[in-house]
Amino acid sequence: MKSSPRTAVDIANSVASGAMTASAVLEEHLAAIAARESEIHAFNLVTTDQARERAAQIDADAKAGKTVGRLAGVPIALKDNMCTRGVETTCSSKILAGWKPPYDATVVSRLAGEGAVFVGKTNLDEFAMGSSTENSAFGPTRNPLDTSRVPGGSSGGSAAAVAAGFAAASLGSDTGGSIRQPAALCGLVGVKPTYGVVSRYGLVAFGSSLDQIGPFTNTVADAALLMEVIAGHDPLDSTSLPQPAPSLTEVVTQDVRGMRIGRITDMPEGSSPDVLARLEAAFDALRAAGATVVDVQMPSMSYGLTAYYLVAPAEASSNLARFDGVRYGLRVDAKDLNSMYGATRAAGFGDEVKRRIMLGTYALSAGYYDAYYGKALKVRRLIADDFAKAYAKCDVILTPTSPTVAFKFGDKTANPLAMYLCDVFTIPTNLAGHAAMSVPFGTGEAGLPVGVQILAPALGEAPMFRAAAALERA
Amino acid sequence: MPDAISRETVAKVARLARLNLSDAEVDRMTDQLAGMLEHFRDVDALDLSSVEPLTQPVPLSNVLRDDVVVPSLDRDEVFGSAPATQDGRFRVPPIVGFEE
Repeated sequence: MKSSPRTAVDIANSVASGAMTASAVLEEHLAAIAARESEIHAFNLVTTDQARERAAQIDADAKAGKTVGRLAGVPIALKDNMCTRGVETTCSSKILAGWKPPYDATVVSRLAGEGAVFVGKTNLDEFAMGSSTENSAFGPTRNPLDTSRVPGGSSGGSAAAVAAGFAAASLGSDTGGSIRQPAALCGLVGVKPTYGVVSRYGLVAFGSSLDQIGPFTNTVADAALLMEVIAGHDPLDSTSLPQPAPSLTEVVTQDVRGMRIGRITDMPEGSSPDVLARLEAAFDALRAAGATVVDVQMPSMSYGLTAYYLVAPAEASSNLARFDGVRYGLRVDAKDLNSMYGATRAAGFGDEVKRRIMLGTYALSAGYYDAYYGKALKVRRLIADDFAKAYAKCDVILTPTSPTVAFKFGDKTANPLAMYLCDVFTIPTNLAGHAAMSVPFGTGEAGLPVGVQILAPALGEAPMFRAAAALERA
Repeated sequence: MPDAISRETVAKVARLARLNLSDAEVDRMTDQLAGMLEHFRDVDALDLSSVEPLTQPVPLSNVLRDDVVVPSLDRDEVFGSAPATQDGRFRVPPIVGFEE
């Protein structure tokens, strides 16, 4: 039997042209799941039956000559914090175990409308809080490239699913790096779009001013295709920008001649030498392809971590107030309403979620607001201002995505701050609301993949994808 | 930034957040939050006196839509996920009449 192509673009073309059936493509991915999922634990739920029905429907439509969509037959995995009507959505938390949403997230309906086949809901750090997937209430996900190591997080299941060949692409969410860091650690392309470009309707909220949904793919062209499908204005999200999806599939064929690539001269320290060597190689590759490298300064970058770990928990403490045992999820019975709230939340949330709710509630509480949350918002402004100055001199900026390659289980769980430092390069983008993506660019320690991060200003997806495609070709 | 966080403050914040923490959790949380807040003092090095706070990355204001009637969520599906319902409403334990 001919094995199906690996990329979403090739699968969709093959299914649309009749060269392959969606069912045959799906069965190969289900076979990969059967072979390795018990070892990897990428999924909270594999939706085998629904996927088979869906693939059969697409094949019937194709046979009948109907239009089958831009993602016809592409097996896609969804992070388990995106609502899927009638299909369990847990956020990898005991407090939502068993919950079946009464509606689909906008990204889910858009993918379905273009013929995608959903294979399952992927594991994450509980409520997307973490950088290793070790905070999942249902157990960690393992990195398919080395199962003694983490896949990154919080979208670790979505990254592992694509890296293991369980799905051709997946969606994650990125509040401080939760798409880009696992993409880097699993050797994939991962995109955090400009805030407001992709609808958040149906994404269980963590930090509402920071969250964005984006794709994990094997290639830059696949990421461009998924972005074109999921992006664009949605009236159901009041923070959705009033404009259509950016055109990106054409951009990836363009070269980088004349582009100005920023190199941060005062970049936060602490990256390992193997990662820094690949970053240098990336600058060389873009220079060789005709771009110019220019020096820029980001003096506020290292303060991003502090601002983020006040702003994100503050927003989370408000957003997670809805998990109270009244309308959905777990309830621990008690004699009165307040006791029920306290008991339900104590039993339903894990340690990291409790820690962030506490930190956020403290930062927002009377007497401390100005000292913590207020200051954090001012630092957020400094970061946006520094980026604005930098982008006056360049089109995109290159940094490492993660300071290190994939680390071992347990390496950072004892010290929350050590885990938070994983996000030092990814967080500033979320604070500023900009676009960024991670592109695999060679290997480092132990032969593990290194990701290079391309930062772009708000709505700078087109130059960002141009640079990404050039790195992929190099 | 203020002084180190106390055990009493942590217990008070837990009540505000409607999180029943055990004594051991309050102890551990006090240590961990104190460590993080100490690290966050790094921003004290910055002069922020003339900096305006940034609350939203992309400012949109007064986002409105036409008032058009569209189907809303299916009531049975919504109540089907609830821990307890009665007569088409969410059922909760008594709200008043109990001492803390």
